[in-house]
Amino acid sequence: MVYDEIARNRRKSFFLLILFSIFTVFVCYFIGAAWFESGIGGLIFGFTISLIMSLISFYTGDKVLLSSVGAQEASREEYPVLHNVTEELTIASGLPKPKIYIVPDPSPNAFAAGRNPENAKIAVNEGLLRILNREELQGVIAHELSHIKNSDIMFATVVSVLLGMVIILSTLFRGTLWWGGGRSRDRDSGGAGAIIIIIGLLLAILAPIAAQLIQLALSRNREYLADASAALMTRNPIGLANALRKISGTKVPSRTANDAVAPLYIAAPFKGIDVKTLFSTHPPIEERIKRLEEMAYVSK
Amino acid sequence: MYILSKYNGFIVLRNRIKNAWAQINVELKRRYDLIPNLVNAVKGYMQYEKEVLENVVKARSMAIEAKTVKEQGEAETELTKSLKTLFAVMENYPELKANENVLKLQEELTATENRIAFSRQFYNDIVMRYNAGIQMFPGNIIAGMFNFKPEEYFEIELPEEKEVPKVNLGL
Repeated sequence: MVYDEIARNRRKSFFLLILFSIFTVFVCYFIGAAWFESGIGGLIFGFTISLIMSLISFYTGDKVLLSSVGAQEASREEYPVLHNVTEELTIASGLPKPKIYIVPDPSPNAFAAGRNPENAKIAVNEGLLRILNREELQGVIAHELSHIKNSDIMFATVVSVLLGMVIILSTLFRGTLWWGGGRSRDRDSGGAGAIIIIIGLLLAILAPIAAQLIQLALSRNREYLADASAALMTRNPIGLANALRKISGTKVPSRTANDAVAPLYIAAPFKGIDVKTLFSTHPPIEERIKRLEEMAYVSK
Repeated sequence: MYILSKYNGFIVLRNRIKNAWAQINVELKRRYDLIPNLVNAVKGYMQYEKEVLENVVKARSMAIEAKTVKEQGEAETELTKSLKTLFAVMENYPELKANENVLKLQEELTATENRIAFSRQFYNDIVMRYNAGIQMFPGNIIAGMFNFKPEEYFEIELPEEKEVPKVNLGL
């Protein structure tokens, strides 16, 4: 059932986010304690810097992303079907109509950006319009609108604050040890201090990797959620399933994708590098198709 | 405080239901306006399909002239059906596919058909949220205090359409 699938993914998101928060607080507190003998100080320091960085990308990120792929606003005269399909779905979802952009890229893909529904933008590659029929396009746009409706940009920002905290503190801590700095060393009170520094160092090496893995798990989870929400929005999971099948079937390499937009696309843009599921921003496309088809089967 | 926010929440939902209902009528009006254009554009090509076109025109005027909600509902259903037939028949005329104006009108009507279906779906989605809100504890107590009544769902009469997932509102 679509409703079950949505509820399951929401629960999982919530659980992972709590886990991530606890993990981040623990790591930052410990590194803070080892580095300048104040766990709370470390937390506040990491949080402030990471928050500022994430807020900047939260407010300006959409423009940077759109210009980085060379997106142009799509006119109604030139792309009537794309505009119609989007408008239909805003009626189904109750969302305001997002701005629509076209990316001059023959590889079929699409992504959504913008910090809230009022500022939402959807960018579609030319290649996508070329290979999909109306029904499939509807599925893809519904997936993108679902990201907007589920506040995934906001969600990703919260996650990036946590990830940033871990990375900033770990990097600085490794740096100070390497360069022989670190205020705690001067006031070192003996063996206990040394053990804390060793554990801190281990954490500083392993924690960023672990944090990235949690972030990726969350990213995959949000993709499943957007698929399920799209199925609910269109009442037609097969349209999106067929679109995903066509997208994964094309071998046209992307001309515009970069690392910054890659996690946002409806399907991972870099193919050929068959990364392990654990390190991927997107769930395997076969699994997504399978889940969509199950939703269609049950709803009949 | 809690009662107040619940109460306001119900009011908001009830207004959205009204608004969604109005939206459905906007889309239906859009369809009435588009149909004559399409019929005129394809008339010349489809000499042998007069009946199909006549059905569309007839259903449209019946829907516009309908006096009661029930009458209108029946006429709209008839109109949806006759348009489907028209689109299916149009597939047999390759000349139509070469005519840009016809293609444009067809796309607009397809979009309108979807808009009608989606505005009904959206109406039902909020009715479901509203009804669940006033029927579940503790909302039911507040709803009882201020006399909020459950709203009715929009239902499709066509039996064959119920099997298509797109309009299967029970999903």
